[in-house]
Amino acid sequence: MTKRNNYNYLLFALIFILACSSQPKENNRELEVPASAEVAKEKASASQISQSINVPIHDFKGLEHLLHFENDTTYVVNFWATWCKPCVAELPYFEQLWDDYGDKKFKVLLISLDFPQQIEKKLIPFIQKHQLKSEVWVLNDSDANSWIDKVSTKWSGSLPATLVYNRDAREFQEKSFETYEELNEMVAPFVK
Amino acid sequence: MKKIFEITCFIALFALVFTACSSGTSEAETSLGSVLKEEGKTVNEAPGGKAMTVANEGNQTNGYQIGDVANDFSLKGTDDQDHSLAQMSDVKGYVVTFTCNHCPYAVMYEDRLIDFHNRYAAKGYPVIAINPNDPAVEPEDSFEGMKTRAEEKEFPFLYLFDEKQEIYPQFGATKTPHVFLLDKDMVVRYIGAIDNNARDAAAVTEKYLENAIEAIEAGKDPEPNTTKAVGCSIKAKKS
Repeated sequence: MTKRNNYNYLLFALIFILACSSQPKENNRELEVPASAEVAKEKASASQISQSINVPIHDFKGLEHLLHFENDTTYVVNFWATWCKPCVAELPYFEQLWDDYGDKKFKVLLISLDFPQQIEKKLIPFIQKHQLKSEVWVLNDSDANSWIDKVSTKWSGSLPATLVYNRDAREFQEKSFETYEELNEMVAPFVK
Repeated sequence: MKKIFEITCFIALFALVFTACSSGTSEAETSLGSVLKEEGKTVNEAPGGKAMTVANEGNQTNGYQIGDVANDFSLKGTDDQDHSLAQMSDVKGYVVTFTCNHCPYAVMYEDRLIDFHNRYAAKGYPVIAINPNDPAVEPEDSFEGMKTRAEEKEFPFLYLFDEKQEIYPQFGATKTPHVFLLDKDMVVRYIGAIDNNARDAAAVTEKYLENAIEAIEAGKDPEPNTTKAVGCSIKAKKS
């Protein structure tokens, strides 16, 4: 009885080897990629792990709720894109906010206007490379005239742009921040 | 007891084979599904690490409103000549368009602007393109860069350089592209977007600029007279 079971083990092992070796090489490597971004960075290139990063893509209706949470958290919402130089230049300041407010009821949401064909090639590798702490969402909605005013009537549509809000107040600025202090000046009054 | 252990081992082994191999397959499907077709032009990626630009337009509501009379200007074009609106003869209006070389949104509208000018200049509504950006902030938008772009794309319209950055603030332009339609008396009649789909000309359902001109031609006010679109911030000189 025991002997037969041993054969069965061998059979299973054989099936396992055959089944998995028939997968393309790259996918075998992807299986080894751990979910943790930090470990992943050491073991694999950005393109390999790109599959493991989830970036939600929505039209405006699909992510409008991000601008209207009514809870005790302060939200900093930044509209940006990887092709937008001033956006990329100010992004470290948004990440730095976590150092000051990470222990508070506080969240940074990065809404990317990267084009659909650039998400895999540019956006995900960018998120990976810079190990972004902030949540990234993609806004894919061509009819900008229908939604720009819904973000803020003050917005003309240029990138970057930033909205800070909580349930008591909101402030919008269509500008790029030259320093962390400049951004913090906008954010600090909101965070309790 | 031993038998139970062996059965458990079997199940565990089976589960291992199943999950490992099936997840491999789904990964493969994902990566196949994610091979996205490259369309249009490649957009510029910011060189990492380099401290870059600042647009200081802020929440600008200054600049021309609908009904204001625009000031004329004299700016150098890619033909090395100075151009003003008053110089233009036989026109019924002016499609003043702030645009540039580097911005993906500006690039996406290049062909549409060319087509637009080719259809409407003859009717008296030429496109006058103006680059408002400081090349010290965005090197691609240098005067030489403008000349190269105008040549490559064979721009049929004037491509002028707001080198002193004095004209775009008068208009209240905040981004590229940003259109201001003036009538023959240089009254601002329409401000905003060219149409309602930057990325896909074929999917456009509202031709705002074209409709605005048709309205003026019909002796009416454009409706809407103001629209918004996403664009690149104007790169102002750093103080």
